Amino acid sequence: MFDAKLALARAVRAASRRTGRGGTTAPGRLLLRVQPDAIERLGRRLDDGAVCLSATNGKTTTASMLAAILERAGETVVHNRAGSNMHWGIATALLDAGRERGELGLFEVDEAWLPQVARQLDPRALVLCNLFRDQLDRYGELEAIADRWAELVAERDGRSQFVLNADDPLVADLGRERSGVTYFGVEDDSLALPELQHAADSKHCRNCGHAYEYEAVYLGHIGRYLCPNCGRRRPDAHLAAEHVRLNGMNGSEIDVRAPSGRTTIKLPLPGLYNVYNAMAAAAAGLTLGASLEQVRAGLEGMSAVFGRVERIPIEGRLVSILLVKNPAGANEVLRTLTLEDGQVDLWLALNDKIADGRDVSWIWDADFELLRGRVRRATCSGTRAEEMALRLKYAGIDAQVEVDRNLGRSLDAAVRDRDGGAPLFALPTYTALLELRDLLAERGLAGRWSE
Amino acid sequence: MTPTLRVCSLYPELMNIYADRGNIAVLRARCEWRGMGFELAASSLGETLDPDSADLFYMGGGQDRDQALVARDMVDTKRDALHAVAARGAVVLAVCGGYQLLGHSYQMGDEELPGVGLVDLRTVREPGERLIGNCAIEADLGSGPRVIAGFENHGGRTYLGDGEEPLGRVLKGFGNNGRDGFEGVHRGNVIGTYLHGPLLPKNVWLADHLIELALDIELGPLDDRMEDAAHASARRAAGI
Repeated sequence: MFDAKLALARAVRAASRRTGRGGTTAPGRLLLRVQPDAIERLGRRLDDGAVCLSATNGKTTTASMLAAILERAGETVVHNRAGSNMHWGIATALLDAGRERGELGLFEVDEAWLPQVARQLDPRALVLCNLFRDQLDRYGELEAIADRWAELVAERDGRSQFVLNADDPLVADLGRERSGVTYFGVEDDSLALPELQHAADSKHCRNCGHAYEYEAVYLGHIGRYLCPNCGRRRPDAHLAAEHVRLNGMNGSEIDVRAPSGRTTIKLPLPGLYNVYNAMAAAAAGLTLGASLEQVRAGLEGMSAVFGRVERIPIEGRLVSILLVKNPAGANEVLRTLTLEDGQVDLWLALNDKIADGRDVSWIWDADFELLRGRVRRATCSGTRAEEMALRLKYAGIDAQVEVDRNLGRSLDAAVRDRDGGAPLFALPTYTALLELRDLLAERGLAGRWSE
Repeated sequence: MTPTLRVCSLYPELMNIYADRGNIAVLRARCEWRGMGFELAASSLGETLDPDSADLFYMGGGQDRDQALVARDMVDTKRDALHAVAARGAVVLAVCGGYQLLGHSYQMGDEELPGVGLVDLRTVREPGERLIGNCAIEADLGSGPRVIAGFENHGGRTYLGDGEEPLGRVLKGFGNNGRDGFEGVHRGNVIGTYLHGPLLPKNVWLADHLIELALDIELGPLDDRMEDAAHASARRAAGI
């Protein structure tokens, strides 16, 4: 009977793929409707167990890094590669579980869905990377999520291994007094910011409520902290990026210290945020049995995930696409743009659909001020284009600013205005990224969302 | 003499959850573009407040735990000063969590947070969903009815005492409690509202109105085409 239901869901997936809709949610939704415990049942078919990975920022990139590492280590990975990370996305990815022997499930899971999904999958490892303020209209407050994660980790103590970011106090605290914890972090003070960024969260000790002091802030509230009141401090990292050389859009070089030795990784993705993603994937890979050499090879062979620093030629002009969806993530993208020589052109698409968060307040928490004097032309699009343009005005960006809510038309205008010779960066929110992908696919410029 | 707007931000490092600094950025820019001065100060945990130190006092929203910390501290260290601020007619703009703390109390389950009692209202967390969404209200601050558009996201329901005036009438959204059709509070130059975070970027007319009230001056116009378009965008999101 279960097999018949599975066959039905697979047929729905085949049909939706034929119509070009990708099919990452509908089959899973259907399957869960007819078989509510489908995730649990299908998860049991994964011989090598499952891994759940969650974070506010970098889920899709970190999971694909980890998949690359695990594949180097000879694992057959069942993975929700397309980033459909709610309940139904996991169910869809599991439709093919158990086809081969020795499969390992690797699932990026939405922060709010994580406890439920993890309880059903009984994962051998939980990889938790960061918690930033994000879509508060959908998730509730940051600390409410942290509390739900803490309950989950307590429940899984002894049953799952935990891979945690030592530098994020909200995440690091989850592993205090737990067994089987691997901490990862960054230990290069040359990367430290002069002060906490405005959008930083969680600046108070979770233990006693006193304000944390930071010896180094790397991004947002992430760094080396200690509580002057109760003495709680960043836990020691098992895996650390000891030296990081950021080479702009070309990526970075990371000297890594691991329990089994040291290595240097040439990461082909830019920005400190991708260094953190790589360290999370490396720590998880080592925990799951990969060697340090497999970790290095996997990370160096990474290519960009769609919309996470992908470069696509449009009408002969190379456009770099970088997803922005919350202040911390946007700040890292903006910081990366400041590494460019000379001025840049921007295409910013601000949508307010449910998957973006209906509340666009967050753009006032992101440090667009970083781009003062660095922008030649800014083209604002999306459902809240006018408010994006206003944000740039009050950030003191004295560029030529154009506003057009129509994504395709505004992108064309941005691409065609190439007189300045500045590189063009496209910064869409999540649903604007999906629209952009479809738009480019119609023009034969980017593959459909693959599974 | 060129006037200077002195703003005091209350607990800015704790009460800033919804990009409240957008409000400060708008006040600053609109003063500076007119050649006026702008000064920003802050008063936070454990610090006293000089009621004469600023023309406009701002307080935003915070996470539950931070709001509880702030509520007790504000009653201990700033209650009398805030009453003096209101009595001398300085402007108080309190948003979301800050708005709740202007009243007598905030009942959150078994826990009751104290308020400074600047206005007569009580807030309770009732069973039921948080009130979340785009919101638009019609407010008359003395120059005829105008629309304030924004976004609300609150678990608490606020009830005004008899004779206390709301800030406006709800056109779209939930407002104070999702029942009586009113939003915010307005007494003298004290304004509280659930339209959170960057409220002033979406409604620069309100920013200018607050500057005029705070300094008792009349402001000349600015080129507000982008601001008007942003206001229209926020109204459209709310469905009006």
